[in-house]
Amino acid sequence: MLSIKNLQVKLEDEDKQILKGVNLEIEPGKVHAIMGPNGSGKSTLSYVLSGKGGYEVTAGGATMLGDDILEMEPEERAAAGLFLAFQYPVEIPGVGNMTFLRTALNAQKKARGEAELNAAEFLKLVRAKAKDLKIDADMLKRPVNVGFSGGEKKRNEILQMALLEPKMCILDETDSGLDVDAMKLVSEGVNALRSEGRSFLVITHYQRLLDHIKPDYVHIMADGRIIETGGPELALEVENNGYADLLAKVA
Amino acid sequence: MAAPVKDPSLTDSILARHAAPAKASHWAEATRNDARARLLATGAPVRRDEYWRYTDPAPLTADEATDCPPLEPETSPVFDDVDALRLVFVDGVFAPDLSDEAAMDGVEIQPLSEALNADIHWAKDLYGALEAAGQTPVARPLAALNTAVAADGFVIRATGIAPKPVHLRYLHREDRSDVVIRHLVRVEEGASVTILENGQAASRFNKVMEIDVANNGACHHIRAQGRDHDRLAATHLFARLGTESNFKSFTLTVNGRLTRNEAVIEFTGDDAVGHIAGCCIGDGTFHHDDTVFVTHGSLNCESRQVFKKVLKNGATGVFQGKILVKEGAQKTDGYQISQALLLDEDSEFNAKPELEIYADDVACSHGSTCGAVDETALFYLRSRGVPLKEAQDMMVLAFVDEAVQEIEDDQIADEIRSRIGQWLERRST
Ligand SMILES: Nc1ncnc2c1ncn2[C@@H]1O[C@H](COP(=O)(O)OP(=O)(O)O)[C@@H](O)[C@H]1O
Ligand SMILES: [Mg+2]
Repeated sequence: MLSIKNLQVKLEDEDKQILKGVNLEIEPGKVHAIMGPNGSGKSTLSYVLSGKGGYEVTAGGATMLGDDILEMEPEERAAAGLFLAFQYPVEIPGVGNMTFLRTALNAQKKARGEAELNAAEFLKLVRAKAKDLKIDADMLKRPVNVGFSGGEKKRNEILQMALLEPKMCILDETDSGLDVDAMKLVSEGVNALRSEGRSFLVITHYQRLLDHIKPDYVHIMADGRIIETGGPELALEVENNGYADLLAKVA
Repeated sequence: MAAPVKDPSLTDSILARHAAPAKASHWAEATRNDARARLLATGAPVRRDEYWRYTDPAPLTADEATDCPPLEPETSPVFDDVDALRLVFVDGVFAPDLSDEAAMDGVEIQPLSEALNADIHWAKDLYGALEAAGQTPVARPLAALNTAVAADGFVIRATGIAPKPVHLRYLHREDRSDVVIRHLVRVEEGASVTILENGQAASRFNKVMEIDVANNGACHHIRAQGRDHDRLAATHLFARLGTESNFKSFTLTVNGRLTRNEAVIEFTGDDAVGHIAGCCIGDGTFHHDDTVFVTHGSLNCESRQVFKKVLKNGATGVFQGKILVKEGAQKTDGYQISQALLLDEDSEFNAKPELEIYADDVACSHGSTCGAVDETALFYLRSRGVPLKEAQDMMVLAFVDEAVQEIEDDQIADEIRSRIGQWLERRST
């Protein structure tokens, strides 16, 4: 599904190397988790994959289903099936959530040559998905993420994911700022989407989330590299011992 | 500070090029003569005038208007879907055959040419009065010119709740036309009326509207200035607001070489609300100036100025907005925001926000910003599959929406939104 090879990335305006050779193979239907200390480059990896500006790829690359995604515009990557649930979802005053969701969904459908949804069809679909995530109609009417609590923002990200039905989902610290109930809700939303043709890359700080969204693989990232890969037990080890031992091993 | 000494020949030539209007009744002639004297005293505007610092008035005062060939008529002109009483002007002349009958419940409507020859007591007292009062503390010579020479327009008096808007539509057929139009609106106690305006009007257009809203009256004004690129326009809106009255004005301006929209609003009664808003979008040879002067002279009134400008390819936006709170005008709530969204680095925005406050128990705020589209938000939209151009357009519409929200009528607000959307769609990035 997603293949990252020796990906090296620096900031565009600054001589600062952030990713120092990331390798990662994600097969269809699998859930990979990335854990790692703050500042290790997890969000940068998710941004570079989804096409945010300000970064320069100095070596290596990434393909999704065989296509070189780093060459594509962000919207092309989205239409090809890539989705990033943002660590910090963006507030956009003046843009209604519904308008946003419908424009996004139909733009993707159009790009893929599929039939667009009319207003009634869309409304029906969004209501059903919102209900599962306990997102009320009022939240849908408001401008994108404006006045949303931290938890509401994260639920809105998952709602977008549920609507857009991407193939490769990247979740960047979707658990941060969520209480236990919200975390359960969000995890259920994610688990409902798990399928053979859909893969997940779950970035998190805490093992907690991985109790709900069970990963097939766990990677530890530090200083721009993946320094250790294992099964779910690796997350437990981090939970119990912190990153110190792992970091010491590579130092 | 002494007014700069001006070359009187400029003023003479402006007066000379407007044919003297047909003789009107004695009171109207007296009003015209007074206005003429005001214009001669202040002189035509020149770039040296502080009030014209950011906008060169030369095209507005030049002997010849520029050519501006009319565009193909639109298939669906602005406000066509609004059920309204339509009054149509062609090159500045009222065209009764293209218009509805000028009559509706709760509103008296008369062509200006008739009104100036009649003895309408309220119009006699009001005509030119708000314009004259609006000449201090800042001279508005082009408005005085309008009073001195205007022959066409409407005199509208709302005596009850108008069942539908009065729609003034200005068609433009001549390549070169120098048009002066004048309207007078009086909203009686407890009455209300909505006034719509749209159309290219002329290659050079001087329009003044005086609006007097009596106690508990309401007047909503929505105008769409468009579409031709070489249009020149100087417009003035003078509003006087009585106790518990409500006044809202919104202007959409697209295209046009030079537009100066002045608004002068005075609160004379307590507990009134007066909002003035505008949104302009310009591409290339486009200069748009909103100059606003709000005077609070009474208690507990709320004023809002909301101006949004979207500029690209060297377009220029100007905002000069003032809130004057007179002594004793306590509990005034004055708000002013002027913002420009620059879609490239060639465009320019000049803002001069001013507060002058002589009362101690007031809440006044003003802000002005100028910037590019928020890249983070743009990326967020694109990461969901919205193509760049569409994402930018969404951001532009979001940016202007605070101004568009000032339109009370949802149907009209949505039409304005969709007009802006269409304008954006027609342009590639
Ligand atoms: N746009 C940027 N400007 C400056 N520094 C950045 C930028 N993006 C990332 N960084 C730096 O790169 C490093 C990795 O950041 P990030 O990818 O956010 O890490 P993580 O998500 O693992 O906490 C940090 O040192 C961070 O400060
Ligand atoms: Mg991060």
